[in-house]
Amino acid sequence: MTGILIRGASSLGEHTDDIRIRDGVIIARGSLTAELGERVIDAAGLIALPGLVDLHTHLREPGGEASETVLTGTRAAAAGGFTAVHAMANTSPVADTAGVVEQVQRLGERHGYATVRPIGAVTVGLAGEQLAEIGAMARSTAAVRVFSDDGFCVHDPLIMRRALEYVATFDGVVAQHAQEPRLTQGAQMNEGALSGELGLAGWPAVAEEAIIARDVLLAQHVGARLHICHVSTAGSVEVVRWAKARGIAVTAEATPHHLLLTEDLARGYDARFKVNPPLRRDEDVLALRAALADGTIDIVATDHAPHPTEAKECTWAEAAFGMVGLESALSIVQRTMVDTGLLEWRGVARVLSTTPAEIGRVPGYAEPLEVGSPAHLTLIDASSERTWSVADLRGRSQNSPFVGETLPGRVVHTLHRGVSTVLDAELVDAETVAAAHEAVTRG
Amino acid sequence: MIQHLLSTRDLDREAAIRILDVAEDMAQTADREVRKLPPLRGKTVVNLFFEDSTRTRLSFESAAKRLSADVITFSAKGSSVSKGESLKDTAQTLAAMGADAIVVRHHDSGAAHQLAHAGWIDAAIINAGDGTHEHPTQALLDAFTMRSRRHGADSRGRGLDGLRVAIVGDILHSRVARSNVWLLTTLGAEVHVVAPRTLLPHGIEHWPVTVHEHLDDALAAAPGAVMMLRIQTERMRDAFFPSSREYAREWGLTAERMTQLGPDTMVMHPGPMNRGLEISSAAADSSASTVLDQVTNGVSIRMAVLYLLVAGSSETADSTGGER
Repeated sequence: MTGILIRGASSLGEHTDDIRIRDGVIIARGSLTAELGERVIDAAGLIALPGLVDLHTHLREPGGEASETVLTGTRAAAAGGFTAVHAMANTSPVADTAGVVEQVQRLGERHGYATVRPIGAVTVGLAGEQLAEIGAMARSTAAVRVFSDDGFCVHDPLIMRRALEYVATFDGVVAQHAQEPRLTQGAQMNEGALSGELGLAGWPAVAEEAIIARDVLLAQHVGARLHICHVSTAGSVEVVRWAKARGIAVTAEATPHHLLLTEDLARGYDARFKVNPPLRRDEDVLALRAALADGTIDIVATDHAPHPTEAKECTWAEAAFGMVGLESALSIVQRTMVDTGLLEWRGVARVLSTTPAEIGRVPGYAEPLEVGSPAHLTLIDASSERTWSVADLRGRSQNSPFVGETLPGRVVHTLHRGVSTVLDAELVDAETVAAAHEAVTRG
Repeated sequence: MIQHLLSTRDLDREAAIRILDVAEDMAQTADREVRKLPPLRGKTVVNLFFEDSTRTRLSFESAAKRLSADVITFSAKGSSVSKGESLKDTAQTLAAMGADAIVVRHHDSGAAHQLAHAGWIDAAIINAGDGTHEHPTQALLDAFTMRSRRHGADSRGRGLDGLRVAIVGDILHSRVARSNVWLLTTLGAEVHVVAPRTLLPHGIEHWPVTVHEHLDDALAAAPGAVMMLRIQTERMRDAFFPSSREYAREWGLTAERMTQLGPDTMVMHPGPMNRGLEISSAAADSSASTVLDQVTNGVSIRMAVLYLLVAGSSETADSTGGER
């Protein structure tokens, strides 16, 4: 296996040196000279970040292959600079058994674009009634550590309590989709003056905040870890901040779209902007950014939710909830957090790689870009800018809310365990990636 | 003139008054021996009804026919639409048939807006009620009715300045209420809304209205018109109010409350009425009631809207005495 020499990248935007990779591992840093047969990546002017880790991805396989597959979803991930994704459990069949999670994990391993970490369902069929075989999924070769009924809230307080306790038994975490179902029956968009005007059923902030408040108290009571998916309101931020101050083991994520977009986009009834939880107000967006900067919100997770065109080309009420986000996530974080001065690139590495890997118990991300760490990294051109279009999407679906927006930054290279998945801003073809990945894992 | 009629928010005062004035012209033709007018000859108007509404459909059909348009009525029930055909495919089918205007009634808010803006079809879109959003021709016919009652033959060119209108009932789910709030405000009226808090939309404090929770408080403000909205009885099941008896007692226009109204106060209802619930027979059948006028005026308003949107803007200018 030949090595790779990355020349002149600026690690975390802080200092420039060379990075030598061999057998999928970073083996040297400093001022290095190319060795015979070594492939050189000229990274002058590029920023090196650890490979990004998404804690919230819908890969849709099995069952939803019309929208996305493990292959197309991990290609979209690589294009966005990700080297690991957590595949949500709301597939068909639901990922509530060891068999399904092992299948998803194996598909990821075969394609090689990214490490696929399946998320197990908390309850059988996501029905919220009976615990899924959490132990079997944790002990399977997929070694599941994150459990979620995402799409549905584990709304029954007793089931939630049991889930927190039982999942903790296997060093896992429950990732809660915080949505009180009765308060959001038929809900279509954020509840406020605009929902009243547009005649779309309102989705009150309290429906999210009440569940978070209940669950942090439950987590404290039983001494378990809790993760809150896609926090969307300023009130939720306050609850999480309060819980952390009390020492409760809660982590929280915000999505890129909730860091940038607001409910005003519902005005044209364009269902590309229909998402769960809904887009909120300006003050919510600003509260999320501040919380991400000060650590109240731990990570950014995409909630990449591909849907076929027909699921969005219909009336708002008929349309599916969700947006794709893997390809654009880093650009949105740059625009909302870096270009605004709220986060340094080191902070970006924390919220998009180190901490999500820690929450998901993904090995190999604890010491980013250090000698001895697996070579998961992405090289970006932060000075680049483009008008986002469907041509920038690499998955199977095109439901991006950012089409037409001017976004900064571009992923120029992505390496997953030393294998180039993106080379000179182009995806490497599937056969090459699969073969190279197999060679590294075998070696 | 606007290209579509989707929301009364899109009408400025001048455009709204122009529609009302053209409707006056149309109303006069109803008294003639031959009621049919030629301006939409050769034009195709499609009534696309995804939701049953015999009254609105017949009103639009009648309006289009009096203007000599070819009328196609497309009811979703029992058609391909109920078998899963999308709004997009239906729109493109109608475009292929050469529709000049589409009158659309849909159970989802925003459906008319999507037809107008998604690029599926080029026709003029007239919103005949979309979900809980808007029903602009209803608000226009209501405004026309109020103006006629107030100013009679001297209505032309006027707004509703100084008129106090109380809209009573399920504001939360009512497209009639929304369209009326915006249009009446544009025309200079002072709008009051009355409902139990459960039936008021969140954020109503941002609307240009005075809010009352009790009907008696609103009536004490001496409104010139009281508009009663139809109450869907299934709202009780969803805990918006406890019983029809309690609703009628607290928010119904009972015979006793009728006696509190001023001599010229109009009693309005978009129909169909629930007698004994939101409105008593004493109110519905009184001389103050405009219910049947509203039905008659509905045809004139819809003729005016079809004429202005479909016949073309040059003719519009002629009929209303030229544009500034």
